[in-house]
Amino acid sequence: MSKERVSRRQFLSYTLTGVGGFMAAGMLMPMVRFAVDPVLKAEAGGDFIPTPKKVSEITKEPVRVDFKFKQKDAWYESEVTETAWVYKDDNGKIIALSPVCKHLGCTVNWNTDKEHPDQFFCPCHYGRYTKDGTNVPNTPPLAPLDVYPYKEKDGYLYLGKAKPRKEA
Amino acid sequence: MLNKIYDWVDERLDITPLWRDIADHEVPEHVNPAHHFSAFVYCFGGLTFFVTVIQILSGMFLTMYYVPDIKNAWESVYYLQNEVAFGQIVRGMHHWGASLVLVMMFLHTLRVFFQGAYKKPRELNWVVGVLIFFVMLGLGFTGYLLPWDMKALFATKVGLQIAEATPFIGSYVKVLLAGHEHIVGAQTLTRFFAIHVFFLPGALLGLMGAHFIMIRKQGISGPL
Repeated sequence: MSKERVSRRQFLSYTLTGVGGFMAAGMLMPMVRFAVDPVLKAEAGGDFIPTPKKVSEITKEPVRVDFKFKQKDAWYESEVTETAWVYKDDNGKIIALSPVCKHLGCTVNWNTDKEHPDQFFCPCHYGRYTKDGTNVPNTPPLAPLDVYPYKEKDGYLYLGKAKPRKEA
Repeated sequence: MLNKIYDWVDERLDITPLWRDIADHEVPEHVNPAHHFSAFVYCFGGLTFFVTVIQILSGMFLTMYYVPDIKNAWESVYYLQNEVAFGQIVRGMHHWGASLVLVMMFLHTLRVFFQGAYKKPRELNWVVGVLIFFVMLGLGFTGYLLPWDMKALFATKVGLQIAEATPFIGSYVKVLLAGHEHIVGAQTLTRFFAIHVFFLPGALLGLMGAHFIMIRKQGISGPL
């Protein structure tokens, strides 16, 4: 404690600021917590979603697989369609790639660029990816296509949430 | 630290006279509850303003979740009240504050009336105060519909019928408020939302500004 006496005015201003601040905080805390709730909400675990694709029908040629799931967006529930490019690699392992271009988010297609066959091709800015999803250097994309984790259940392919890979 | 920041700004912008004009004025003895406890009646105006501030703040936060649409309004209110943290409290503040602000305003009006504080030279401030009263009632009326439940719907139907009973212009007023000749529905809800969050608060802020400028200019009325 310093030797300086607290003046009557200082004492009043400290106590009033303190009490006022406490009351203001009591008022604002619920509102702020209310506003930041989406940030603090626990994210639902990555569920595997069934696709209409039979695992036995997957070949070495990438095919487009559309799968639907119910999405709950606060009070709004809807059916959302997502897409994957699915094929088996040379070791027979299933690869499911996200069609979202890593450049600016257009949708990539398989084998539609006549000059560069057997590649994923994005028509927006001519981005290209090799069959395993790796971006071709000197085309706009800076990262490989995202990969869906997958599971096999009752002969059908189930896909999880697409995850990004490291830069090529 | 705070003092230094204040001094730095003050040196450049000379803000001291500004806030002195707003905040630094004498409280006469007859309005100070420390001298005469009965002077607490002078608090009702300030309390009205305080609750109004809470209403504006909680209302701003509620619009982060609320949708003024007949398909989603009730669902979004249900969601924000039951799924969002502190939703019940924030909506509760707005719900109860709406009634409290009317109570405080009424007590303030009674004090001004029975003390004769509205008399010359303060007649204009009384008129502005009455306008604020009507704006507040309008805010209560339009806000009541927004949760879009049965109580809200039928209260609004009754309210619109009251408006319709106005001589000569009644039917026009009703359509203007409801947005449709017969239906109380989609257009009514969006209209009431717009009136509730933009038009009336705008009018309220303007009127309150005038109310406060006048009281500072004329000073508080003398003792009885």
